[in-house]
Amino acid sequence: MTLDDLASSCGEWLRGSGPESDIVISSRIRLARNLADFPFISRATPADRAEIEKILHGRVEAMRDSGKAPKDLLYLRVSDLPAVDRQFLVERQLISRELAENDGARAVVVDPGERFSVMINEEDHLRIQVMHSGLALQAAWEQANRLDDLIEEQVTYAFHERLGYLTACPTNTGTGLRVSVMLHLPALAITRQIEKVFKSLHKINLAVRGLYGEGSQATGDFYQISNQVTLGQTEEDLAKKVADVVPVLIDYERQARDFLIRESHETLHDRVSRAFGILRTAQTISSEETMALLSSVRMGINLGLIGDLAIPTVNKLLIHTQPAHLQKLSGVELDQSDRNIERASYLRRHLNGDGNGKAARN
Amino acid sequence: MKCQKCDRQATFHITDLIDGEPNELHLCEQCAQAFLTPSQEEAQEVLPAMAGLLAQHLAVGETADELARLDQRACPVCGITFLQFRKQGRLGCPHDYVFFEKELEPLLLSIHDQTRHIGKAPKRCPHGADQQTQLIRLRREMKEAVAAEEYERASELRDEIRTIEAGFREVKKEG
Repeated sequence: MTLDDLASSCGEWLRGSGPESDIVISSRIRLARNLADFPFISRATPADRAEIEKILHGRVEAMRDSGKAPKDLLYLRVSDLPAVDRQFLVERQLISRELAENDGARAVVVDPGERFSVMINEEDHLRIQVMHSGLALQAAWEQANRLDDLIEEQVTYAFHERLGYLTACPTNTGTGLRVSVMLHLPALAITRQIEKVFKSLHKINLAVRGLYGEGSQATGDFYQISNQVTLGQTEEDLAKKVADVVPVLIDYERQARDFLIRESHETLHDRVSRAFGILRTAQTISSEETMALLSSVRMGINLGLIGDLAIPTVNKLLIHTQPAHLQKLSGVELDQSDRNIERASYLRRHLNGDGNGKAARN
Repeated sequence: MKCQKCDRQATFHITDLIDGEPNELHLCEQCAQAFLTPSQEEAQEVLPAMAGLLAQHLAVGETADELARLDQRACPVCGITFLQFRKQGRLGCPHDYVFFEKELEPLLLSIHDQTRHIGKAPKRCPHGADQQTQLIRLRREMKEAVAAEEYERASELRDEIRTIEAGFREVKKEG
């Protein structure tokens, strides 16, 4: 298994088959951990970082050899990868932008099925993350917990009796847990209710972010909802708090969709059809426009306005049309204007069946 | 054109959406700036939790002198000063949580509303936490000794580090 094998495949979280997956794209659990006998990353010298990476690499190899970890685990030294590969891993949500752009020795362990990845030397020494399709927070937490136990057999974590797991940023102290769900909420956006929803989420201490986490724009009406508090509650309670709010959001989104279908059926159908039309015929198209149009198409499929196109295909297109994916898939480096041409061509190939336009039936 | 809020020349022409209806505004630079800067309440909603909270905490209840003295305190293990932490929002090593305990307490309280962890704990308790932090300090001192070309001192420190590390391996095997 290599990084190039990942490019043509499609990870578990994009399968689009989990519970409530018309609206909930994925469920994620992240645990922040640090080794007890090294400074945190901000105070670690290049030699410290190299040493941490070396130790953890050794532990991963040992776990592979003893059968505790799968044989086909991928260990990628991110600091040695070319920029396009790093960007590819970010687009695939296997690593954060911070890990892609940091200095010094850093790596990521990737499950070939893309159900989990472990970042080494990001903001903390270890960032364990588990990704499941649809609404499956409990299952994701259980898997993250098991992974954490496995790693803990190999290293000594920085832990404080009263404060719990110690992290570089005090916002993660305690459990080091970030519970998040990625939701597709186009109807709430169209009906301009999304801001109101976000305000009430802020009030109960939940954060809202864009597709690519901290500081990213909410492109294509995809939003990540996650906990902000990490200390003073159990992991199960923190996961439950996010899990409890999701059905409410799903209900709001469904109501907004019903409202649109009922009150402005033609306008909605027109919007979806035009989006589909542009995606199938454009000759050059930006990443942002693609995301926005795919968002409409995705909702259109869920509302039965578009037939013969499956949600997993749309999920795949959302990721495969991003800049680094396009370049990995076409095997050549492309500048922005070439990428826009290649993206349009990729979309036409995948949305027009064999090029005879049979993919769609409106 | 005159600014709608004062007598200066209007140089900013803003289209504001109020309930989806466009509303034209013509303002001078100063008034435009005031208009476009989010109110305190709005700003706090948008600001990342850390930066806002840090600023909030350290501005109240501390005089400038106290603040300056506090800022200069450095962790004996990793060497980070409180000022450096305030600037970057990231701590330097696990020992900072002990060394800056008093300063961090109100910060943790306002982020999490709690200061006591009740979740998961490592099964194999990191006993000898003091020795772990000692390792961080010794490695730093060794680097400094090498940089100062004090090789004898560096080699003593290296032996000390190895002894502690060997001790951990023993414990691990027994556990």
